[in-house]
Amino acid sequence: MSAEVFAPAKHVRIGAHPALRALARDSRARIALVVLLLIALGAVLAPLIAPYGPEAQLDIARLHNQPPSPAHPFGTDKVSRDVLSRLIFGTRVSLAVGLGSAALAMSIGIAVGIVAGYLGGAVDAVLMRLVDAALSVPRLLVLLLVASLWDRVGIVPLTLLMAGTGWFTVSRLVRAETLALRDREFVLAARALGTPTLRLLVRHVLPNVLAPALVAAALGIANVILLEAALSYLGIGLEEPAASWGTIIQDGADSVTGHWWLTVFPGLAILVTVFACNALADALRDAFDPRQLPRGTTDALFASEA
Amino acid sequence: MTTPLLEIENLHTYFYTDNGVARAVDGVSFSVGVGETVGVVGESGCGKSVTALSILRLVRPPGRIEPGSVMRFEGRDLLGLEEREMQHVRGNRIAMVFQEPMTALNPVFTVGDQIGEVARIHANASKREAWAKAIEMLKLVGIPAPEQRAGEYPHQLSGGMRQRVVIAMALVMNPALIIADEPTTALDVTIQAQILELLADLTRRLGTSVLLITHDLGVVAENCTRVIVMYAGEVVEEASTVDLFARAHHPYTEGLLGAMPRVGGEKDRLATIPGTVPAPTDWPKGCRFRDRCPYSWERCAAEHPPLYQIAGGHTSRCHLADEPERRQHPHPPLAAQRGASAA
Repeated sequence: MSAEVFAPAKHVRIGAHPALRALARDSRARIALVVLLLIALGAVLAPLIAPYGPEAQLDIARLHNQPPSPAHPFGTDKVSRDVLSRLIFGTRVSLAVGLGSAALAMSIGIAVGIVAGYLGGAVDAVLMRLVDAALSVPRLLVLLLVASLWDRVGIVPLTLLMAGTGWFTVSRLVRAETLALRDREFVLAARALGTPTLRLLVRHVLPNVLAPALVAAALGIANVILLEAALSYLGIGLEEPAASWGTIIQDGADSVTGHWWLTVFPGLAILVTVFACNALADALRDAFDPRQLPRGTTDALFASEA
Repeated sequence: MTTPLLEIENLHTYFYTDNGVARAVDGVSFSVGVGETVGVVGESGCGKSVTALSILRLVRPPGRIEPGSVMRFEGRDLLGLEEREMQHVRGNRIAMVFQEPMTALNPVFTVGDQIGEVARIHANASKREAWAKAIEMLKLVGIPAPEQRAGEYPHQLSGGMRQRVVIAMALVMNPALIIADEPTTALDVTIQAQILELLADLTRRLGTSVLLITHDLGVVAENCTRVIVMYAGEVVEEASTVDLFARAHHPYTEGLLGAMPRVGGEKDRLATIPGTVPAPTDWPKGCRFRDRCPYSWERCAAEHPPLYQIAGGHTSRCHLADEPERRQHPHPPLAAQRGASAA
């Protein structure tokens, strides 16, 4: 028992996954998470925070197209709705579409990727060629084509549409990861113990492909928020009078110079959210990368050289 | 030999690669008796591990077990089973112990969870029952404070303890056969002996048969009743352990024995076998060991040697059985001559 005698008697229990601890140490991730949490909180508490309802027309005669003022900090639009209130309520729609479609796209992508990667052969070839074909068509073009079948789309169809066009990259990532996992010894060991295939995929493959899928999903949220804005701007986004960041911009699209507050404020909201999502994705990727040295290690290396 | 538990006849496992067909296992036959420990020895690349994976039907495409191969286990034809029935054999009737215990355990689950999993799959155990079973197994394989250890992750255990965990997983269902593929290669020398002793002790008590794959003849000498020597995808010699060490017949076995360190040995340097195992896509015609053999002659190039009967239970795939006088005239093997001219 010689070697085992030297093993530490008391083992330190780790409270969280090492990647989560790495994430907690990353200031990028912390700032991004705080920003996203604040935005999400704003969305949840919208009725409490917003001074007016999102569709309330305050005074169509005297309060339309007013520039920012103490009473209406973000101004009013052409039908005398308070832009700040619309922006706050719009957060709900933009985030819901973003999060919902990203979660759905991640699920589809993981399922397809694992099946293709694990089964290999003809199944893999067919699925991946389909994904190749889908990826070769610009996403905005597909969205434009499908969305234009209706006059305007609702939140649920839009989310489904975004998810349906957003899972391709996730599936490729997961497939590559699954291919590598398939030949890992613990997967072979699990098979040697008689683990049924489905159980094997859920227990041994899924937990190990979640990391890259999460990174892709974080980027996917940013992408969907931008796409939703673009669709709304092009006039085939969400149906009126629902407020989303994109539809508010669309309201001000005719006179960007004259009524700048209609485009600038929702534009800023999009910018901040997308930036935070991308920063979070970056931090996630670094945290899950085993090759990444602990923060500070490289600094120490350079310091010793100097 | 006792009643056969596992009988393998004419096993061929080929891999269809872009570089040609790799005949990794090329006509292997042997059997393992009830309660018997059989050693399989040979260099890397001679087909030992693929044989092990073939028995459990774990060979993946582009690998394939060729038609005509026969594997009988507990009276059943393994190759005729449905995949579902085969899953019931794996881990339940035949279990496997892998070489590298760190990579054979899933890093994201506790060891108790992974041991209990076997009972959940095969005995339909509840979570609580599985956990209790895991602790019982940890106790069985001699891990101190099993209740605490069960809640730990693989990276928190030492290499020796991890291999004990892997053995515990293999023994959960009390299988009839354990295939141990180089179970101690990745461990410290001091731990190797403990692990082998543990495996030998447990399998003796439980009456489990063991197929022990190794490249270490010392391990064979201490643990096995019978030895199968593999070379280039074939069985080249089979004998009882005593016979093999006293009267090795095949020049390859002689070479392996000569390459073993011995207490009180006179030489400063260990003997080696010149050359390497040929590529499985391109086995030489005739005898596959010919280039590395100090006795080879024309017949070895022309005629693939069959398994000759040397004595009762002792076979050898070498024409020397037919022309024993050739053993008196060794010469430098072709591989050594080529090596000398190249250098």
